[in-house]
Amino acid sequence: MKMKKIAALALTSALVAGPAMADLVFPSLSYRTGPYAANGIPFADGYMDYFTMLNERDGGIGGVRIDVPECETGYNTEKGVECYESTKDIGAGALIYQPLSTGITYQLIPKVSADGIPLHTMGYGRTSAMDGATFPWVFNYPANYWDGASIAMNHIIDLEGGSLEGKSIALVYHNSAYGKEPIRTLQELSAQMGFKLTEIPVDHPGQEQKSQWLQIRRERPDYVVMWGWGVMNQVAIQEASNINFPMDHFIGVWWSGSENDVIPAGAGADGYKALNMHAIGTDFPVYDDIQAHVVDKGLAAGAGDQIGSVLYSRGVYAAMLAAEAARTAQEIAGHGDITAAEMRAGMEALSITDARMEELGMAGFGPAFDVSCQNHGGPGLAYIQQWDADTQTWSLVTDLIASDRELIGKLVEEDAAAYAAENNITPACN
Amino acid sequence: MFYREAGDFKTSYGADNQTFPIKFDRYRYYAVLAIAYLVIPFIINDYWANALFVPFLIYAIAAIGLNILVGYGGQVSLGTGGFMAVGAYAAYKLMTAFPDVSIMIHVILAGGVTAIVGVLFGLPSLRIKGFYLAVATLAAQFFLVWLFNKVPWFYNYSASGQINAPERTVFGVLVTGPNTEAWAKYLICLVFVTAAGIIARNLTRGSVGRKWMAIRDMDIAAEIIGVNPLTAKLSAFAVSSFFIGVSGALFFAVYLGAVEVGEAFGINKSFLVLFMVIIGGLGSIFGSFAGAAFLVLLPVALKIIGVDVLGWPTDIVSHLQLVIVGALIVIFLIAEPHGLAQLWRVAKEKLRLWPFPY
Repeated sequence: MKMKKIAALALTSALVAGPAMADLVFPSLSYRTGPYAANGIPFADGYMDYFTMLNERDGGIGGVRIDVPECETGYNTEKGVECYESTKDIGAGALIYQPLSTGITYQLIPKVSADGIPLHTMGYGRTSAMDGATFPWVFNYPANYWDGASIAMNHIIDLEGGSLEGKSIALVYHNSAYGKEPIRTLQELSAQMGFKLTEIPVDHPGQEQKSQWLQIRRERPDYVVMWGWGVMNQVAIQEASNINFPMDHFIGVWWSGSENDVIPAGAGADGYKALNMHAIGTDFPVYDDIQAHVVDKGLAAGAGDQIGSVLYSRGVYAAMLAAEAARTAQEIAGHGDITAAEMRAGMEALSITDARMEELGMAGFGPAFDVSCQNHGGPGLAYIQQWDADTQTWSLVTDLIASDRELIGKLVEEDAAAYAAENNITPACN
Repeated sequence: MFYREAGDFKTSYGADNQTFPIKFDRYRYYAVLAIAYLVIPFIINDYWANALFVPFLIYAIAAIGLNILVGYGGQVSLGTGGFMAVGAYAAYKLMTAFPDVSIMIHVILAGGVTAIVGVLFGLPSLRIKGFYLAVATLAAQFFLVWLFNKVPWFYNYSASGQINAPERTVFGVLVTGPNTEAWAKYLICLVFVTAAGIIARNLTRGSVGRKWMAIRDMDIAAEIIGVNPLTAKLSAFAVSSFFIGVSGALFFAVYLGAVEVGEAFGINKSFLVLFMVIIGGLGSIFGSFAGAAFLVLLPVALKIIGVDVLGWPTDIVSHLQLVIVGALIVIFLIAEPHGLAQLWRVAKEKLRLWPFPY
């Protein structure tokens, strides 16, 4: 035992040698293996490729090169902790974490708050983190789970012609912190709008959902809303098509709406809907840059076969928001080598305008918004996209839909106050 | 040359009965303890604590617990993850209900709660054994995880169903929560590991342990010579669950800080601890440590070699890890079914004869 320890000690200490001190470090806690890989790979590729493109085209951000050390978490919290600890001190220190996992996010919220490193959980993680007074280090713009739940309900109301009175809606969710997030909001909305909510949990990893869909077949809810991730999405869509559930009445959150989720179900998935917080397709100049500076040079991350898919675009979007925050931070700090604390200031002062999006070659890709200490959560807008199995494409079927921010603001306030009380935090904006 | 009794004279029964009768062995044990207590806390950093030492120590307690049940008691269990969850949730409920009581006491009480639950699920062992018992404990695994997911009282009605460890101190030093220093985390786990090791070692070489081993080797014969199977089996379940509960409590409170039951204490955890016990060596306290060290350090070492040294893609390294760990388990089962502990024993024998083997 002792010998092993010493051997391992010698091994690792010899290896903790990072890149040059001057790099901007954006660790990528990705997962390319395990039951969630189908969704983890495209996001990780997009995240990596955007930064590679910035390095190749502009020489980094503000003249400082970007380093993206990748660490495989397998969507597992223990490995996530190991990844966090092993990447946080690389170079001058990590600037931002985007773990793409609600479980790891819950793990990291107290850790990043203690270590002073910003955490950006774009459309996932702890919803009440949008209260920047209580969660100074955590950001979840441009939209969060409770927005998602509210947006899905607003879309259904539109379809039903203004009222959900007497309707029944089933929530099929991943039985974890991730899947449980929208329940609170949906319960409030169900009381408010008068629909009946049925909660149907699916245990990790979600490979087996026969009994859940049997229940849906028996109860025949008018709509099914899904909070799924990884292999659970594919199985659920397949099962829904097996019981002939009307696909246009089946709506997934933005994490249940990628090509990899619907293609396995073939023609049966036709008409399936999902939320999306950004536009889709490769009709943006930024994709030409990625093609020219990354793909054509053979620098594409992973197998390079995910470019243009929904989750790849989301990875690009996440990387773009991080890069823009870093640029804002550089402007505020007045120098290129920003620290994590300066990065946080940059994120809090982040202002995404339509003009800036156009400059970035992403006009109309996402909404314009400003981040402030009071609101770390962005505007809370999303599109509804629908799958066409014949052409194998997603298309946006609505404009940006707004969520019920009044209700969500109230719930966030409650939850943030509870967190502040539990952890002896005095909420403050300065 | 090493490991000789020669010249090591015992003048009392106590001296003759001690855990490490050979002088060299004893000094080595003291040296390990001295390094663990007096050197490592001063050089440890966050990475070493969170990636290696703390998980190693916590899994070592779990492996000792499971080894008592499987290795000494001969009762197969696949419910380790569930019992660790009991320890974690008991610790959480106690920590939040009685914030003024020391965390040390909460961890021990959490072990006690787990012992009670373990005895309950150990009751079937009086009638069934082998594979059938394994299936019964598997039911415990699934039932307990389901229970902690289903009943909101266990997670204090939090919206996400997660439990979060509040900050607690021992002698004024933070040991749980995000602001804990690496050495404090390490030391609190080390104290529990040391205590667990000493208690387990002395239990297993006393009358209680002999009864367990008698039951393990042949329960009917044991019953005929006067071992009560009821008390022997249930005490094995109780003691084993106690240690597993303590490790679950530390796993949640000290190591992770926030836990989601299905993910942290799923069936994979049961198998992981079982592999530790099998690779380390059934029926050996040292084996529990060796197995835990092996399965905690190996993935990290492989990752460092693959990603940081050789620069391979993370997914390939991650897949290779599965292949290598799996292959090693198979090789161990074939080449050395008694585990790392047996290798250690053989090495000691060799050293004893060295340099004049006959």
